[in-house]
Amino acid sequence: MEVKEDLYYSRNHEWVKTDDDRAYIGITDEAQDQLGDIVFVELPQKGDRFNQSEEIGVVESVKAVSEVYTPVSGTVVDINEELLDSPELLNDQPYESWIISLELTDDSELDNLLSAAEYKSYCEGAQ
Amino acid sequence: MMPYLPHTEQDRNDILAEIGINSVSELYSDIPEEILLEDKLKLNDSLSELDIKKKMKELSDQNHDLTEYISFLGAGVYDHYIPSVVNHIISRSEFYTAYTPYQAEISQGYLQAIFEFQTMISELTGLQVANASVYDGASAAAEAALMSTSINRNRKQIVVSRSVNPESRKVIKTYCQAADLELVEVPLCDGKTNKQELADVVDEGTAGVIIQNPNFFGLLEDLSELSRPIKKAGAVFITAADPVALGLLEAPGNLGADIVVGEGQSLGNPQNFGGPHFGFFAVAEQYMRRLPGRVIGETEDKSGNRGFVMTLQTREQHIRRARATSNICSNQALNALAATVYLSLLGKKGLQTVAELSTKKAHYTAQKIEKLTDFKMTFSGPFFKEFAVSTKKDKTELNDYLHENNYLGGFDLQKEYPELQNSILLAVTEKRTIEEIEKLVSLLEAVK
Repeated sequence: MEVKEDLYYSRNHEWVKTDDDRAYIGITDEAQDQLGDIVFVELPQKGDRFNQSEEIGVVESVKAVSEVYTPVSGTVVDINEELLDSPELLNDQPYESWIISLELTDDSELDNLLSAAEYKSYCEGAQ
Repeated sequence: MMPYLPHTEQDRNDILAEIGINSVSELYSDIPEEILLEDKLKLNDSLSELDIKKKMKELSDQNHDLTEYISFLGAGVYDHYIPSVVNHIISRSEFYTAYTPYQAEISQGYLQAIFEFQTMISELTGLQVANASVYDGASAAAEAALMSTSINRNRKQIVVSRSVNPESRKVIKTYCQAADLELVEVPLCDGKTNKQELADVVDEGTAGVIIQNPNFFGLLEDLSELSRPIKKAGAVFITAADPVALGLLEAPGNLGADIVVGEGQSLGNPQNFGGPHFGFFAVAEQYMRRLPGRVIGETEDKSGNRGFVMTLQTREQHIRRARATSNICSNQALNALAATVYLSLLGKKGLQTVAELSTKKAHYTAQKIEKLTDFKMTFSGPFFKEFAVSTKKDKTELNDYLHENNYLGGFDLQKEYPELQNSILLAVTEKRTIEEIEKLVSLLEAVK
């Protein structure tokens, strides 16, 4: 299982990458590995507003359907439409394949999230 | 000892000994004694097999069916001809199950039949994806309403025309109550959906709109025109259809429908005293992942042979639990199979012929009845195989008189539409002969 440095992690296995007041959100290597082959991704619309921990979309694999929650609050600036045609990108390159990008409402929320090291031990503890 | 109770006294004692108790009543020791029934159940003594057969025959003889009656009754369930082959094929033991088979992929033949069914429904409706069937036309309509709220997630209003089958509307109402949705009914205008009222009520809060064509009165609705305000508001356009009519009419999918549902009984299924029947359900491709129920897909095995699998199962309750968007987890396999066999026997041409004959005979019947002094057509628009007539005669006496003469008369519309006090709904299928139609007309004339 790969855990990338310099990202924030949630206990729901999402990652957050920040770039000024923009946040990119995706699912972790652990999440894609647990789900198996991903066949469909449901995305929100640009302009949608979400509070921390709200559902932003759905990832469907051959064996399960999982909700994706945003680890931080914000307004959707961009959605990764490439995933609609190539959902397998979430399996192949989980940390390059962001699902949405948000304009952050409150960057202090990042403090509630896990660091790479914390997330790694969280996953190990869960096994 | 009953032949159908397999356990002997010895078996029972062995089981009791194994679990360490002395009598069956000890299993109920948690139930307070004062509420236990101490008397024997008030049942008759058991009968021999011979006697029970006699008894059951007596009971079943109280039923009447369409081998004894000439039916002009429709209102959602129709007396179309069912070729003998249908029953022979669906009675084969390999096919004899009410549901999608368990361990579905073992039953490749059944899955292929369901796949063919989906393909036929898709062709008839003009929409890309059909499911393996649902319980009946009413639940199909209600599931479609629910599906529209999962497509339009922030919208809470369902709009249904009063010309939709009243039984479907009741099931839709039940669904809406449970799902906390607002249900609005669009009034009638000469037996059809009131276009102006529809345009007024549909807005950006409307998740889906349900229109039936031909509608409950057999009248043809203008789907293209009705679709305009629906599309403009971004609501899902749901149409309910008689599958036989689809042999003659343009596919609703080509007229703007996003979801097409309907009661499938007309296709190779008997009336069955009102059920079991089956509902069909087809959607435009972009809504595929919101489709309730089962879908069978075509695939290849590892040697490249054609095969069939259950597909898109991940949305169903056994995987998605509380987050499943629909309660439907199987299909009406045997009824849908009957429809598949029926459609494959008739072919495109055959279904068209059934639809044409029904229409022509219905129109012939209507013309004859209209000439009677005490009868007139209730509505003025074009109709398919069913039509409403208003009469000055007493409806109950009229239907009783027909019944005495082994004819089943019209559906009393006042039951569901209080304003239609003097109207009955008559259905004419391809099975009705000229003689039967003439007889109906003379009976209608003769009744006082």
